[in-house]
Parts: sequence; C-alpha cells; structure tokens
Amino acid sequence: MNSEPTRNDSLWQPDRQASRTSEAIVRTIFGAFALVSVLTTIGIVGTLIFEMFEFFQEVPFWNFLTDDQWTPLFPTAEFGIFVLISATARTSTIAVAIALPLGLFAAIFLSEYAGPKTRQIVKPLLEVLAGIPSVVFGYFALLFVTPLLQSFIPILQGFNALSAGLVLGISITPLVASLSEDAIFAVPRSLRDGAYALGATKREAIVSVVLPAALSGIVSSIILAVSRAIGETMIVTLAAGQNPSLGLNPFVPIMTMTAFIVQVSLGDTPAGSLAYKTIFAVGMTLFLLTLVLNIFSFWFVRRFREKYD
Amino acid sequence: MNTPNTSGSSLESQAAKFEVDISSRYRTDSIFKTLTWLAISIALLVLATLIVDVLFDGLPFVNWDFLTNFPSRKPERAGLLSALAGTIWVMVTVAVIAFPLGVGAGIFLEEFAEDNWFTRAIEININNLAGVPSIIYGLLGLQVFVRVFGPNGWFYELTLAIKESVYQLLVEAFGNNSMLLQWVYGLLTDADGQITGVDITGGRSIITGGLTLALLVLPIVIVSTRESLRAVPDSLRLAGFALGATRWQVVRDQIMPMAFPGVLTGTILALSRAIGETAPLITIGALTFISFLPENLQSPFTVLPIQIYNWVSRPQKDFHDLAAGGIIVLLVVLLVMNSTAVLLRNKLQKRF
Repeated sequence: MNSEPTRNDSLWQPDRQASRTSEAIVRTIFGAFALVSVLTTIGIVGTLIFEMFEFFQEVPFWNFLTDDQWTPLFPTAEFGIFVLISATARTSTIAVAIALPLGLFAAIFLSEYAGPKTRQIVKPLLEVLAGIPSVVFGYFALLFVTPLLQSFIPILQGFNALSAGLVLGISITPLVASLSEDAIFAVPRSLRDGAYALGATKREAIVSVVLPAALSGIVSSIILAVSRAIGETMIVTLAAGQNPSLGLNPFVPIMTMTAFIVQVSLGDTPAGSLAYKTIFAVGMTLFLLTLVLNIFSFWFVRRFREKYD
Repeated sequence: MNTPNTSGSSLESQAAKFEVDISSRYRTDSIFKTLTWLAISIALLVLATLIVDVLFDGLPFVNWDFLTNFPSRKPERAGLLSALAGTIWVMVTVAVIAFPLGVGAGIFLEEFAEDNWFTRAIEININNLAGVPSIIYGLLGLQVFVRVFGPNGWFYELTLAIKESVYQLLVEAFGNNSMLLQWVYGLLTDADGQITGVDITGGRSIITGGLTLALLVLPIVIVSTRESLRAVPDSLRLAGFALGATRWQVVRDQIMPMAFPGVLTGTILALSRAIGETAPLITIGALTFISFLPENLQSPFTVLPIQIYNWVSRPQKDFHDLAAGGIIVLLVVLLVMNSTAVLLRNKLQKRF
C-alpha cells in the first residue's frame, strides 16, 4: 500500500496564457460597454451644440434672448426663448410649491412618526405613485383636475399652467419624499437624544435639530425635483397647452420648452429646416438648465454635508 | 459646525424665549404631526383618485376587441393592437441592448476597474446622465439614429461612396467582365441591381426607438448591477482567488450567480421605466396612428403611451374614455412587471 501520491505531470495544469487572454478580452469588452455611457454624453452634447450652432447662423443670439414672441413656425418668425422659459417657470414653480411641503412632510412622517407597519404599506404606495407614467398624469390633469378646478375658478381655461403644475407637483413628490427621508434617516439617534435631554418635545427636536442636520440632503432633493419638473414633458404638453405666452398668469394656455419640442416633432420636420434646428436650440437650453441644477445639487450635498461618525 | 453661543446676553434672550408651558408645546406638536400625516394622505389620496377616475372612465372599454383591434377613427371600433405589438417589439429590443451593456459596464466598474480618474469620470458621467430629461434622449435619437444612421443619412452616404469607389477600383484593375467583378457587384448591390449605401436603422423605426430607450435606462441597469455586486461579500471573491481562479472566473462562476436576482430586478424596473416613456419616442418621430403590425426592426411603430397621448389629445369624449382604457392596460402591464421584480427580489435574494 503506497499512499504517497506520485507526481504526475498529466494531472491538472493551469493554462495561464489562456486565462490571461480571456481575462484581457472580457476586460476590454466590458470596458467598452462602460464607455457607451461616455459616448452617450458626447453624443448628446455634440448633437445639441452642432445643431444649436446651425440655429444661431440663422437667428441672432440677441433675438433669442430678447424677442417677446415665440413664433418660429410663422412667416414672421420670432424666437424669444423667455416666452417658453416663462411657461416652464410657471409650471415648475407651482409643482415645487406643491412637492416641497408634501414631500418634506411625508419624509418626516415616514422617518419620525410612522411605525414599521405603516411604513411597510406607505413606502411601496409612494413607489407606485413614482412609477405612474407621465402620460397618465397628463390625462388626469387635463380631464380630471382642470374640470374640477374650473368649478372653483371660472376664469380657468381648458389648458392652463395651474392644473399641469399641481399634477406635476404630485408626480415629483415621491422623489422629494424618498431623497429627503434618506437624508433624515442618516441623522444619528444621539442628536435626537441630545435634544430630548435638553427638554425638547418631539417636534422641537425635529425642527431645530434633525432637519438642520439633514438640510444638505433635503435641499439637494428639492433641486433635483426642480430639475425633474423642468424636463417633464407629457403632463405639461397635455394639460398646459401649446400656446406660447409670456408672463406669469397661471390660468391661460402656455407652451413650455418641452411642449414645443413635442409640437414640432409631431409634424413632419425635414432635417436642416429652421424648425428642426430650433428644437435643438430649445433642447440645449433645457439641457443646460437641468445640468446646472444637477451639478449644483451634487455640489451642495458635498459642500454642506454634516458627517457623523 | 455650530459652535454654542456663550455670550451671556444672548443666553438670557434665549432663556426668555423658552416656552415653559408644556401643554401648549404638546399642542403644537400634535398639529405638526397631523400635518405630516396630512401630507402623506394627500399624496396617496391623489393616487387613489387617479386610479378610480381611470377605472371609472376606461373599464367599460377594456375587452377582447379593444386589445385585438387596430386604431380607428370610430371610437367604438378602435383598439390597441398595433400599440401593444409596438410596445412588445420595442421592449424586447431595449432588453436585448440594455441588459448586456448595462450588466457588462456594471461588472467592469465594480469588479475590474481600478479606482482612478477614468473610472471616477465614468461614474460622474453616469450620475449626470440619470438626471438628463428624457426628451433630450429623444433629440439624441433623432439626430444620431434617425439622421446619421438612417435612410440617406451621413452613414448611408459614406458606405455608398466606399462601395462605389471599391467598384471603380475593381473595374480599373480587372476590366469590366471578370468573374471577380460579377461576384463583387452582386455583393454591393441590392435586389434591383443598384449600388446602395447601408441604412442601419431605417429611420423612425423600432430599432431607433429601442436604442434610444436603451440609452435612457442604461444608467438604471448599471447602478442596480453595481449595487447587487457590492452586496456579495468580499470573502467569496477572496476564496475564489485563493483557489487560483482568475478575476473573470470568480465573477462568472461565483459572484454573478449570487448577484443575479438583484441584477434581474434592476433590469425589470428599468424596463418598466422605459415602457411608460412617451416624450423621447414622439421626438424621434414614432407614429401616432398606425394600422398595421411591425414586421421587422426597421418597421415604423407606435407604443401604448403614444396611443394614449393621441387619444387624450383628441377633442371627443369617447376617445378620452378609450385613453382611460389604454391607461388601464398600461398600468396592468406595469403592475405585473413590478410585482415580478418584487417577487424575484424577495424569493431569490440571499442574505449574506
């Protein structure tokens, strides 16, 4: 009985070269996949800049900023982008005025007051609300909210910024709620206990200790919500109308930047036409606005985050 | 950060502000609590109202004919067939493109990439992409997939020019009647015997829509892949390396099977985001009225949300109710997808 294993070179031998080759292949392929996201950004920025450049060959930049009409499809075309921006500002302001209190209070409810059972029911329901497609919200705004509001506000027109903004606000509430709740949740228990030890009631602890400690996260969630509201398309296209008007009146039909892009896209617009270039100029404006807000939001969190360890 | 203010006068003024009356403070507390409760109730009440409103208007229209008829100018005969078919085609395309790309990129960033400026740039880029409005992706798709890679686009012209010059070169080198030339000519020409360029997307087609939406949801797939990979403990990787496996072998045989339920859940959630997207598809020029079924990836198409948009934007009440019917179908599809994702997450996910 010889239990000594005999050395046998025909036993398993690692093929190190094959391993290295397959490793390199996989690494290259997956790295290329990761680069697709970079290519997407380059594609977006490149496309927008290229067509915007073409646009400003035909329309002076000064007119783009100062015209007080938006009539790019008419023979006497005018290109006052602030007409569209004023519309986007109206719907977004109303939306944030709704989403800020609702989302913030909902976040406080979920993290401070709700028991585990309530959370288990309410959180998935908020996720359902967040997952409703925007065209469904558009239907709701146009055909339910507007008629309802018209019974209180007779001067409200069929298409208006008010109901679009209200429903837009509801649609971004889950975003504010969930991001703010994360920020509030991250505030350590010891801070609350400290507040209680000083004799604060629960509300006093929340308002004067927890919320200030979570402020960077809350503010960044609101900035992201603004950015989302500016880029939202279907609610404002369906419920706010397609009628460019400068001003602040929320009761009349308006046309947001996104609604203009949809309006032009629904018609047949040949490449190279001025209308085609115009949607890219509007798209660039929209892209820059949301990009600045997104970067500001990231910066804000980094700059003002309180660290507790 | 907040240094306590120790100057005496300020302390006194703070003390003067202190409300001793505990019962009135508790009253404020209960009002505050009611407000938070009210906020969540309003949000959920709107959700309930929306669903009841849609069901009330649309349920009478949802039947077998509604699912199997083409859209029509007569509301009583209009159906969702082409939109349903278009949605299925586009979603399969999105899944086939976004799943391998997103999972591969996620694996690369989480398992292979070193922590250097390049990786960080990609991460920042993915974060930023997630915040780009969806309609901007529509503009990207319109320019790149419809114009550049579409019929008579830049890519078409390029390939046409290449083919023509290859043909010219061969004619000069071998004369007009050589066997080689006949064979190459067959390769270069279409069915009509014309030399044509290469049209990849066919313009405003299913593949264009699928590519556009795939790019849109790619950040979601990448992020969820990374999170699932991160949840697998390092000890498993180290054990694999200790046995002599390469990094790719460890990822393929040990880590991915563990992370797969999470990856799948993330992908389904990404698809459920894509299925409700309307704006980018309108921007690339998907049709709003279509009464035939798509035949291949280059066919024109419509999808459920666009059909709903089309019906809502008509003035007649009957079409509005049809839209509600379409919304019910869309919401049911979403509900099925999301509950599948949640079930997968709960059933398959292991805790470490």
